Amino acid sequence: MIARFLARRALLSLVTLGILSVIVFLGGQLLPGDVGRAVLGPLADARAVALFNHQVGVDRPLAVQYWDWITHFSRGDMGRSFTFRAPVAPFIGQALVNSLKLAGLASALRVGQWSDRALVLLGQSLGVVPEFISSIVLILVFGVWLHWLPMSADWPEGAGPLTQLRYLILPSLPLVLVFFGYIARVARAGTVEALDADYTRTAILKGLPMSTVMRRHVLRNALLPTITVVASLLGYLAGGLVVIETLFHYRGIGALIYSAARAKDFPMLEAGVLTVGAVYAIASVLADLLSAVLNPRLRAARA
Amino acid sequence: MSATADDIARPAQPQPASGLARERWHAACRSPTLIAGLLILAFWIVCALFGAGITPRDPYADDLLATLSPPSAAHWFGTDQLGRDIFSRVIVGARDILIVAPLATLLGTVLGTALGLCIGYFRGVLDDVVSRIIEALQALPLVIVALMALAAVGTSNATVVVVIGFVFTPLIARTVRSAVLNETDLEYVAAARLRGDGTLAILFIEILPNVLPIAIVEMTVRLGYAIFFVASLSFIGFGIQPPSADWGIAIAENYSLIGSYWWTVLFDAAATASLVIGVNLVTDGLAGVFDT
Repeated sequence: MIARFLARRALLSLVTLGILSVIVFLGGQLLPGDVGRAVLGPLADARAVALFNHQVGVDRPLAVQYWDWITHFSRGDMGRSFTFRAPVAPFIGQALVNSLKLAGLASALRVGQWSDRALVLLGQSLGVVPEFISSIVLILVFGVWLHWLPMSADWPEGAGPLTQLRYLILPSLPLVLVFFGYIARVARAGTVEALDADYTRTAILKGLPMSTVMRRHVLRNALLPTITVVASLLGYLAGGLVVIETLFHYRGIGALIYSAARAKDFPMLEAGVLTVGAVYAIASVLADLLSAVLNPRLRAARA
Repeated sequence: MSATADDIARPAQPQPASGLARERWHAACRSPTLIAGLLILAFWIVCALFGAGITPRDPYADDLLATLSPPSAAHWFGTDQLGRDIFSRVIVGARDILIVAPLATLLGTVLGTALGLCIGYFRGVLDDVVSRIIEALQALPLVIVALMALAAVGTSNATVVVVIGFVFTPLIARTVRSAVLNETDLEYVAAARLRGDGTLAILFIEILPNVLPIAIVEMTVRLGYAIFFVASLSFIGFGIQPPSADWGIAIAENYSLIGSYWWTVLFDAAATASLVIGVNLVTDGLAGVFDT
């Protein structure tokens, strides 16, 4: 039962990724009109534009280009960057690792603060403010005025993990704030609903100790919607990363996508965007797996 | 035949509608959230409308003898790198974002409502295909979708409006679609069909008025996001373009000075935050009013 459910979900994410790849491809190849003209600028010689288009292969039929791109992509070959004249994949790999460090810290900072009422209220009002605004305030307070934390995430070469962590605290806080309010709201709603449910009342009336009721009945059910939301917010997080990483000079996937967009480096841009989509797809399958393990109803169906 | 169908469809409707409207109006007047939000929003709209007409100084005039001077009686919020009065620039800076964000939201709402009406009413293959595409797009953060599209088509106020409008379209369509699904099985739709109304008339005259409140609440929610996006995009250089006095641009221009000249970024940041919070208060307030 669980295996079939997961297989179905994994297949669905593959379909989603397929559609996404078409959208990303069309966005990168079709929207600019003439890729060579967009990259080389309005003053470039027409022959240079044609030569460029021929070299990168955008003068071929769209379907051929797409097939070529996606088959190479699935084998890990993401194409060559226009700006760096080098394969895209290593850039994406390094940037992704950096971004995951940042996202991981942001998630870790959030854990354990769910139930605090005052923080929920704070999170709700700060959650609607754009990340670069909360970053500015945090930089001013903790970086400029208090001198507690470094103002950029660009740690010195060869810094140890603890130093790296120190450099990452300030960039991760705005991300925490933005989706903290949202998650807090969902987690609270889930808890309230689980506390109210018949199975919780039955468990209490059966005479189970309160700690057992909380752990085995309330928490399991209350976490389910939260897990789904966290997974969907991972995608959102990547959007926040574009702004945060640019602001803090951090070389993650967001900053990479941003600089690729600036330089009209379409292979890099497409690879970065599709990678973000893939991370999101994997995260949502993992979330489904976790929900399936936690959800008493699905477990019962398996037995 | 058509007369009897008319009789079934038409009565009963107007009476509760106007009663409900009055009740909602009273609820709106009693909602502190809504009123606070509207006050903040009204303040910025006045700033945007009158712009340079109400500022104490010329927001675009530089004064190279008074660059980066801290807040004082002469310059309430200090001056920037070119000696321009930041207080005046913050007031004028409300204009572009308050044009671009609402226009983008309006475009997204109109397109999204039309799309949602169609896929919700016809369902079938069209619904499946569009829903899949919407789902795929949701795997990407909107900022990244917008960034990619703007890199491809170039950045100007018009392209920002169109790109954000298109990015919002599927999201609004999804909300409207689910509202339409609840309506299509109701009797008034069946009555309109029996009466022989055309599909377009059923969609836009019969169903649309009933899903409009949902579309409007969705629109105010989206307006909050639109302001969020336009501000973020302007900050990274893919939104409103200089020489506008836009807050996001001002923050990007002065960000490197934050260590010594905090006033060059703090007031623009506060203005952005207050506008976003104001719109969200209105949204929360409206949602509360429509729930009653």
